[in-house]
Amino acid sequence: MRKYLLPLIITVVSIVILSRLFYLQVIDDTYIKKSENNALKIVYEYPERGYIFDRNGKLMVANQPSYDVMVIPREVKDIDTLALCKLLDVTKDEFDTKLNKATKYSPRLPSIFLPQLSKAEYAAFQEKIRHFTGFYIQKRSLRDYQVDHGANIFGYIRQVNEYNIKNNPYYRPGDLIGIQGVEEQYEEVLRGAKGVKYIQRDRFNREIGSFKNGIYDTIALKGDDITLTIDSELQAYGELLMQNKRGGIVAIEPKTGEILALINAPTYDPSLLVGRERSKNYTKLYNDSLAKPLYNRVLSGEYPPGSPFKILTGLIGLQEGVINEHTTFSCSRGFYYGKGAWMGCHDSGNWDLHIATAKSCNTYFAQTYRRIIEKYKEPADGIDAWNKHLQSFGLGQFLGYDLPEGRKGHIPNSEYYNRWYPNGSWKSTTTISNSIGQGEVIMTPMQLANVIAAVANKGYYYTPHIIKSIEHHKIDKKFVTKNQTSIDEKYFSPVIEGMNEVFKTGTGRSVQVEQLDMCGKTGTVENFTRINGKRYQLTDHSVFVAFAPKDDPKIAIAVFIENGYWGARWAAPITSLMIQKYLLNEIVRKDLEKRMLDGSLQSEYDKVLKLYNNVDKNNK
Amino acid sequence: MRSVSVQKNIDWLTVLLYYLLVIAGWFTIYSASLPAEPTSMFDLNQIYGRQLIFIILTIPFIILILAIDAKFYEKYALIFYIIGLLSILGLFFFGKSVKGQTNWYAIGGFGLQPSEFVKTSTALLLAKYLSDNQGHLNTFKEQLTALIIIGIPTLFILKHDTGSAMLFVSLVFVLYREGLPSWYLWTGFITIILFFAALIVPPSAIIGTIVILTILHFYLNKNINRNPFIYIFIAIISSAFVYSVDYVYDNVLEAHQKDRINVLLGENVNLQAEGYNLNQSKIAIGSGNWTGTGFLKGTQTKGGFVPEQHTDYIFTTVGEEWGFAGATVVIVLFLCLFYRLIYLAENQKKRFNRVYGYCVVCFLFIHFAFNISMLIGLFPTIGVPLPFFSYGGSSLIAFTILLFIFLKLDANKINEW
Repeated sequence: MRKYLLPLIITVVSIVILSRLFYLQVIDDTYIKKSENNALKIVYEYPERGYIFDRNGKLMVANQPSYDVMVIPREVKDIDTLALCKLLDVTKDEFDTKLNKATKYSPRLPSIFLPQLSKAEYAAFQEKIRHFTGFYIQKRSLRDYQVDHGANIFGYIRQVNEYNIKNNPYYRPGDLIGIQGVEEQYEEVLRGAKGVKYIQRDRFNREIGSFKNGIYDTIALKGDDITLTIDSELQAYGELLMQNKRGGIVAIEPKTGEILALINAPTYDPSLLVGRERSKNYTKLYNDSLAKPLYNRVLSGEYPPGSPFKILTGLIGLQEGVINEHTTFSCSRGFYYGKGAWMGCHDSGNWDLHIATAKSCNTYFAQTYRRIIEKYKEPADGIDAWNKHLQSFGLGQFLGYDLPEGRKGHIPNSEYYNRWYPNGSWKSTTTISNSIGQGEVIMTPMQLANVIAAVANKGYYYTPHIIKSIEHHKIDKKFVTKNQTSIDEKYFSPVIEGMNEVFKTGTGRSVQVEQLDMCGKTGTVENFTRINGKRYQLTDHSVFVAFAPKDDPKIAIAVFIENGYWGARWAAPITSLMIQKYLLNEIVRKDLEKRMLDGSLQSEYDKVLKLYNNVDKNNK
Repeated sequence: MRSVSVQKNIDWLTVLLYYLLVIAGWFTIYSASLPAEPTSMFDLNQIYGRQLIFIILTIPFIILILAIDAKFYEKYALIFYIIGLLSILGLFFFGKSVKGQTNWYAIGGFGLQPSEFVKTSTALLLAKYLSDNQGHLNTFKEQLTALIIIGIPTLFILKHDTGSAMLFVSLVFVLYREGLPSWYLWTGFITIILFFAALIVPPSAIIGTIVILTILHFYLNKNINRNPFIYIFIAIISSAFVYSVDYVYDNVLEAHQKDRINVLLGENVNLQAEGYNLNQSKIAIGSGNWTGTGFLKGTQTKGGFVPEQHTDYIFTTVGEEWGFAGATVVIVLFLCLFYRLIYLAENQKKRFNRVYGYCVVCFLFIHFAFNISMLIGLFPTIGVPLPFFSYGGSSLIAFTILLFIFLKLDANKINEW
């Protein structure tokens, strides 16, 4: 028996060793990862971002090289810290904070130590970099804006945050990402793909060649260029007109749904958000909570549309057959729609649709709205039929345009009113304000512009979009698919005639242009604000919508000026000027232009601020 | 005449296994020590170049060993033994310190490690004693003599190199084969188990287990003659031992020995300091997966992350570059060698040959087991080379001598009627 012990022990020990090896090598794969950590240095190569052109091929956004100082904390040894601080113009405290932060992220992976050196700083640092082991320079490309407008369209570029990194494995700390505007919407197209190189190192971190002959390496792929539907000149002119005002302009080419201009005011120079001053400037823009330059009013601002909504009331009335183009209502500076319920109007007479539109008669459209709702036995059915027509214009829902911001607006339905009046006590007159675009109807300026485009097209629209073409790609099919509204083509003519009359004899006659056959509609939107639950009336918003030329519409436009009194005062001249600029390529009404450029609504905005301050004070 | 008979009778299978291991070892060393710009295979400035010289140098030794009369080894065993001891003693006066251990002689550009050769001389004397004595190691005198033969070199080496000294413990298997009562083995086995158990589990739990086991044993074995006092004695001794482990651990072991045990147990280990070697070794082996990264393609080997990779840690290169498959092949080669040697030893007619053969297997096996176990975290780190694989002239030549003396004895058995 004694001769079997040694072979037995040898066998058992070998089996134990083999099992352990099997576990370490085959089952537990953490060691593979650790071996890569040990031996691999990963170097990223950042491609150039795609360029952005306007619809006429004008370059709007290009790139410039930028130099980031990178650090690999565990490799920082024996350096002259003070010399480095002096060279990079940082204090010793800042140096320690930055290095600690980098170490915390990873002692062995590179972190950005100081982003975006200027060319001069780069040159000075490059000369001495060999004295600072652990530091190196990473070249990147930054945006170089060729124009000073369009900031709200472009969005901006910033470093990814933890949320981005967590949600998208492509990004790693220090990477750049587009935020807002087309930079966000077309991020994947524009950014291209970064290249990666695996470099093998020994335990002294000396590089000893590429890993596995580079089979895992990838080459950086340049981002694709995109062409926008924006007309750079029109956009610039619009932003100029909007100076010292708050509001927005949306211009759409009705035949295609292409957005010609998308203007927010106030706005900012896109170059402010590039370079080392970026975060300082961003904070300044971000903290401006009253003017909100980063806020996209035309996409995310929801306002009652005001009188332009009468166009829709008229169209629905015709489609539902409750009026025809000869139907008249009499108005004597308003009318009683119920016992003691008076809706005022600014004129009086006995008018048909044509004139009522031109004169923006409240009575006419309120009566029409009443007939629409009362056509059905139940007001609920009436409201829902009305709601359906409006939905077909893209209202009360996301339009589906290719920008990452926006709101749905709101078009009430029976469910909505049933919630407010649970005993079913509501009827057409309860909701009569809807007829003239006040009440519960709200929409974004973008939606309003799209309605006008659909009117210009006599019944259909293309989903508004800002992308004209993408290098190597096709644009989304939905942008070339017609959306039909529920209004028949024949009903548009009387309404369009009325809108044409607006410029001839109606509320917009002061901004007419001889050479142009325009159609439009003024709007004056009542403006309330709630401060601590109390309702205050503020100066009305000024709204104007238009399209031109009447017979072959090339531009549909909505202009919205906060606290601009009434439609004809600010919004109408700006609309007229924008159309002149786009269709005539020259400004015929220099008088209007001068008034708009010189005019400022700052005193109005100060009033609002004062009101807030007063309320605050009284509360204390 | 004699050389013809050696050629005819030598066990060629063992020679084949020996050369497979030596050549595989050389290629592994080549990969582990290849500089960025490869030079000649014989470049003496390179580790692989020198190892090749050592391999060639073994050939005159092999020829000499096979040429000498087999009786010579038995006859002069005591002389070899004394020379071996003196060479270790000489270290106290002429030794060269490397990394805190004085176990080298510096001869020219090369170092000579006498403890490697003492294994052979000890094996020879032990074999001679048991062969002359023809007893069964069941008297105290025999046991003591055997213990002294093994113990003296162990104590001498212990002074310089604890790891190598522990290797001599493996000779207990030889003694057991020759008749040593089995309770020695059991005591040793239980002692080792208790030692590590006491470091991991609280002593009270172990003592509880011991008490329960002794009581169970007492009641379940009613058909044998049981003396309750022996049971109580064993229980008390074990308990005392368990309590003394903490004392031994705290007061007898040196700091680096404690570190090595802690690293094995995974307690408070700093991976950049005392835990670095084992961690890097596990990373290198663990990254091998099924088939490894391929010859000369191991990132850990190329990057030099594993310290001493060409000597004690050579098997990590096998693990990384050849994966589990390659590691298994090497282990199986060793197993074949061990089984073959045991088979040959058992077939010896002379007790001297058998005992010596057993010693060879025990030494080779204990090196193999300790070396690989320490790389994969099964055993505390002790610096023992992997036979035939690890870089080093002393160890390669010493293992060659150890093995080929046995092959000579084996080849000569035909003449030993």
